Amino acid sequence: MLHLILFLFFGTICVAGAINLLAQSHPINSALSLIAVMASLAGEYLLLGAEFVAAVQVIVYAGAIMVLFVITIMLLNAGKEERTKGSRIAILIGVPGVVTGGVLVAWTLLHRPDMQTIPIGALKGDPSDIARLLFHDFLLPFEVTSVLILIAIMGAVVLASRPEAIARPHHSTAGPQEIRELVATGKDRR
Amino acid sequence: MSITTFVIISIIKSVVVLGVLLTAVAYSVWLERKVSAHIQNRWGPTRVGPFGLLQPLADGVKFIFKEDLTQPHVYKPLYIAAPIISLVFAITSISVIPFGNWVDIGPWGTYLQITDLNIGLLVVLGITSMGVYGVALAGWSSNNKYSLLGGLRASAQMISYEVSLGLSLVGVLIVTGSLSLRDIVDAQRHMHWNIFIQPVAFFIYLISAYAETNRTPFDLPEAESELVAGYHTEYSAMKFAMFFMAEYANMVTVACLATLLFFGGWLGPVLGPPILQMILPVVWFCLKVFFFMFLYVWVRWTLPRFRYDQLMAFGWKVLLPLAVANIVVTALIVAWRA
Amino acid sequence: MIPLSYYLLLSGILFACGVLGFLIKRNIITIFMSIELMLNGVNLSFVAFAAQWHALSGQVFVFFVMVVAAAETAVGLAIIIAVYRTRETLNVDRVNLLKL
Repeated sequence: MLHLILFLFFGTICVAGAINLLAQSHPINSALSLIAVMASLAGEYLLLGAEFVAAVQVIVYAGAIMVLFVITIMLLNAGKEERTKGSRIAILIGVPGVVTGGVLVAWTLLHRPDMQTIPIGALKGDPSDIARLLFHDFLLPFEVTSVLILIAIMGAVVLASRPEAIARPHHSTAGPQEIRELVATGKDRR
Repeated sequence: MSITTFVIISIIKSVVVLGVLLTAVAYSVWLERKVSAHIQNRWGPTRVGPFGLLQPLADGVKFIFKEDLTQPHVYKPLYIAAPIISLVFAITSISVIPFGNWVDIGPWGTYLQITDLNIGLLVVLGITSMGVYGVALAGWSSNNKYSLLGGLRASAQMISYEVSLGLSLVGVLIVTGSLSLRDIVDAQRHMHWNIFIQPVAFFIYLISAYAETNRTPFDLPEAESELVAGYHTEYSAMKFAMFFMAEYANMVTVACLATLLFFGGWLGPVLGPPILQMILPVVWFCLKVFFFMFLYVWVRWTLPRFRYDQLMAFGWKVLLPLAVANIVVTALIVAWRA
Repeated sequence: MIPLSYYLLLSGILFACGVLGFLIKRNIITIFMSIELMLNGVNLSFVAFAAQWHALSGQVFVFFVMVVAAAETAVGLAIIIAVYRTRETLNVDRVNLLKL
């Protein structure tokens, strides 16, 4: 009973946050609702017994990735998004279509004769068991994702920097205008 | 133990710990004023009560009666929510901090800790990560370019030093083998304190924690002479008091973690009758936390401030490689011993 | 005792909202956030199945999804900043110089 109440509580916050993300026009409000979704998903993971995943979800997703989003939105400060014209036919066909499809999927999922139930806290995993899996069976994906993060860091630094910031240091006496010209004509590297 | 007993004991523990924490936050302000005064060769608060001990009470009354200016141009929902977010996350992390051993009061017994999670350390890290939002949203909602710049700088600083903070704790985890804070303290019995086993990790943790809580020498984003006052420029009275309390509550959390992870928590000479055996560990814990709070204030009024680019370069180019090197060396030594 | 299909339904709703956001919204950053919402929905179904079959490898897969999402966020936001610098807009409809 308590399990159902908690599941519905976190689930309602998830769905409300997801719908709010679509409904808001300013990206900062969408970002805040996404943070609420991620935090309540951490609650759902706790109900399933995956406490390590829940902690990592809060640390990585809600606490680092969304901070990146929020910082970027504040930095770029582009304001509310413009409304493009929606076509009326799309709304006339689309909304009933989505609703029908959704009801069909939900009906199929909910009315099975042999539904298996999951008790509260079903997963019995110590963090040490997860670590054992990670470093024995899944060692290759682990190392590959480490290299992936390294590549992503280097790529992000290069992509987000201004071209004059990574011009070669041979031209250290050049002013910003000269550096831009050198970069534009490709003469900044010998 | 029945469910109602468990709930009642938990509520009592939460209320007591919360009360003690808020009093500690108020009196750390007093500590700061007194210690800074004596470092600067003056007296500090002396008039309100003996040694100025009732000064926090007077400050609280002042904050309540101060005029709460409501700016017309701020984005109201986030403006009111940001200090609340900061304060809530600063106070929540006390819920996994153990103060002492098992105590038996009459027929009931409990750990001196609100809850003993087996991932306690990760919970503290997660709550610290979420605390960045209070700062970022405060800067944004104030609708003011200086606050925005201060808020962005402060949040960039906080997320940069979170990395070396977490990595410095991995060294302690390799040595201990458990994420539960109680197990980490239990592994330090008989003077096997982690400060002797992991000295580099201790210093990296301390420096990263000072940067994480935005305290000198890393307090450029909120320094009074920089950027007007950073992200809390537009805040007055109660909301400013909430930011203030959040900062000191974060300091208390960092001090508690430093004692638990490196200085043996509540371990110390315990002797005498059972009632003393239950209280003495708490006394040792409080003394060690008090030492770390004193260290915080001492460093603040001794060292000059880092410039922002020096700060970020230090975090990424010095502390992060050092923390990773610490992990590698610790792992090699532990693997060689096994 | 929650049936597994409740978790799958929640995961499906999150994923559907992510897809809707990806198709409907015009702001690049909001589109990117819808991608994160889709990834979160998938994570939930991974963990739900891991709980049902008592297989810890479901949780390990969730870590890899989170790691890849973090890397993709970093690079994606850097691209968004680069696009904003040159085109001065965050509306995807305006980034249309290659259009015939």
